[in-house]
Amino acid sequence: MSTATIVKLPPQETARLPKRSYLNNEYGLKSWLLTGDHKRIAILYLISITFFFFIGGAMAGLIRLELLTPQSDLMATDTYNKVFSMHGIIMVFLFLVPSVPATIGNFLIPIMVGAKDLAFPKINLLSWYLYIFAGIFTLAALILGGVDTGWTFTTPLSTHYLNTHVITAGLGIFIAGFSSIFTGLNFIVTIHRMRAPGMTWFRLPLFVWSHYAASILMVLGTPVLAITLVLVILERAIGIGVFDPVKGGDPLLFQHLFWFYSHPAVYIMILPGMGVISEVISTFSRKRVFGYTAVAFSSVAIAVFGFFVWAHHMFIMGVSNYSALVFSLLTMLVAVPSAIKIFNWAATLYKGSITFETPMLYAFGFMGLFTIGGLTGVFLGSLGMDIHLTETYFIVAHFHFVMVGGMLMAYLSGIHFWWPKMTGRMYPEALSKLAALTTFIGFNLTFFPQFILGYLGMPRRYAAYPPEFQVLNVLSTAGATVLGVGYLLPMIYMTWSLKYGKIAGSNPWQATGLEWQIQSPPLTENFVETPIVDHEAYDYEWLASQTEHEVQTVG
Amino acid sequence: MDSQAIATQPGVHDAHAEHEHAPHLRHHFESVEQQREASSFGMWLFLLTEIMFFGGLFTAYLIYRNWYYPAFVVGSHQLSIFLGTLNTAVLICSSFTMAMGVHASELRKRKELVGWLVATFVLGCVFLGIKAVEYHEKWEKHHVPGLNFSVQDFTHPTDAEEKPLPMDMAQKTQVYFSLYFAMTGMHALHMIIGVSILLILIVQAWGGMYTQGHMTTIENFGLYWHFVDIVWIFLFPLLYLISRHQ
Repeated sequence: MSTATIVKLPPQETARLPKRSYLNNEYGLKSWLLTGDHKRIAILYLISITFFFFIGGAMAGLIRLELLTPQSDLMATDTYNKVFSMHGIIMVFLFLVPSVPATIGNFLIPIMVGAKDLAFPKINLLSWYLYIFAGIFTLAALILGGVDTGWTFTTPLSTHYLNTHVITAGLGIFIAGFSSIFTGLNFIVTIHRMRAPGMTWFRLPLFVWSHYAASILMVLGTPVLAITLVLVILERAIGIGVFDPVKGGDPLLFQHLFWFYSHPAVYIMILPGMGVISEVISTFSRKRVFGYTAVAFSSVAIAVFGFFVWAHHMFIMGVSNYSALVFSLLTMLVAVPSAIKIFNWAATLYKGSITFETPMLYAFGFMGLFTIGGLTGVFLGSLGMDIHLTETYFIVAHFHFVMVGGMLMAYLSGIHFWWPKMTGRMYPEALSKLAALTTFIGFNLTFFPQFILGYLGMPRRYAAYPPEFQVLNVLSTAGATVLGVGYLLPMIYMTWSLKYGKIAGSNPWQATGLEWQIQSPPLTENFVETPIVDHEAYDYEWLASQTEHEVQTVG
Repeated sequence: MDSQAIATQPGVHDAHAEHEHAPHLRHHFESVEQQREASSFGMWLFLLTEIMFFGGLFTAYLIYRNWYYPAFVVGSHQLSIFLGTLNTAVLICSSFTMAMGVHASELRKRKELVGWLVATFVLGCVFLGIKAVEYHEKWEKHHVPGLNFSVQDFTHPTDAEEKPLPMDMAQKTQVYFSLYFAMTGMHALHMIIGVSILLILIVQAWGGMYTQGHMTTIENFGLYWHFVDIVWIFLFPLLYLISRHQ
């Protein structure tokens, strides 16, 4: 590994943070809670999703501890059911869905398109408050005694057979859905209507393209989840019969409606992460992303195809063989745009001047783990294999490779990459590289054994298992411990860096995005005057000519 | 390089001149025009999410109506076609008064605007009142699935012209009524939200807020109101008019 680095920090003895920035133009709790500034709302989101990430993570820790031994000894089996249900609900709806879009996306989309703010700042703030209400409902469900439906709320289990707080949790997710709808709506309008002069669609950073695609999914998919949850709640509360077989309803319809949202939701989670990876890969190999147009359109293609594959979650639930065949084919199809992205990133690396900064390490982690996660998705999309593997640990490993190995790596990559922009300070380099490595090792140790467990037939969602599976489960639990350390480290050193980190200056990575041409942390209005864009995205020659006769403007 | 791209964006500097003169222009927009386009685009997108929201219910309706057609027919015959038609007329009228309100706002006529908005508000309330009467009637007839339901009317109809349904199909009328309450209930919820917003708009319009050139809010609310109206235009035939010629 070369020790070459592109990091260019201002001389630390003389460097100062800008006098005026979004962080210090107003003080006090009220100036944060009533803010319309997209950057402050992003910080609010960052704090709240970190909180829920660690609650969800604690649940994961409990699950792995219970699975250390074949018997259910740490907790009763119904407690175990509640713990994995809450883990899923919190991680999916309160962490993964808002993770990159609501924090990094919220912070960057307006700056990347050259605008002063998102189109609807008040709706943006409202979306954060909705998120908080959703969080309160979910926590209430947890504290009052939990939910044990799994995160999928499968009927008639959720409507008839359980005595837990399904309604409270369901309302929480309903509200979280509107938070995500408003974020998506804001992004779409901002990207359409707020671009700076000269910022054409094909000059947009790929980060913006992938958020655009994810926003389409949020806006079109989430309302279907909302109405489905309303029907479940009505069925549970007053006993209407849309999903109740006794009254003529069909539980399979619930599955269709639920997965019509929840499969696209997978792409809501992963697409913004892919946007982060495009930025990071380009910056640290000093090359324009190979096949820019293909990568941009593959995001949109994922969004479009993503709407037509939902029934692959239902192959064993009694859908007709013919529709299963069609959905299987369509599922194979969605692998194509994802592969286009991976190949184009690989081609971007080819002959690039690669440096191994922390965000890049996470990005490499993403590429490897997401590829494994994606390919095992193809296993599960093929009809015969799916019958064998579904509802086993294979599927658990598969979606954790995509969601944790893919999305969480991308999220951490993005947080490290834009941390200097958000706070004006660098994180500690050596420690963060250690954290990236720890996360990667811990992740593989946790989830790779689960592929084998699943292939051997260990079913998911049980607190106990046959003793012959214990060795692999112990490995997995050991890995989870390492992974936990990998997540705690950034939490600690990022907080530390807020006060003690090196001053980053406006463009520590020598990156080309509009966000790197302004001071760090940015002004409340982002730009001193509206930028006029006259260059393509990822144009490093433009950047070089720019820095030759650079005038530093600090507000 | 590509100077075309810059030329397509109308002059930034002209927009700045406008800055000083438009009190409703929020700071992060370049021009009044951009602000208007953004909010109306946002409203259309929101209506798209609403279509998807009701879409889930319409899908369920489509499937169950195909499966349980006889149950849907007898269920539908229990609804009052008179009240349904009356409500349809009330809503169409309210859409007209709303459109006239938007027109008055464009012409900057304050009193007319308030008048039309009040008319819309009253018609909205009339709709909700009639809906409440219908719901009450369903309760009296034991047609509320889950809370108060009996298949008596369908297995032993009082009306001699109606053919009695076999027990298992009669049970399926619960799906029809579940959908009836879910769909009209969601629609009524949208109406309640609508009339609540109308109240605020009426107070603001009285203060002259929407008759000085800034009318995006009125326009957007108009879109919402028409959308809720259109949902009803679909609900009415689907729920009330199944096989009425028999």
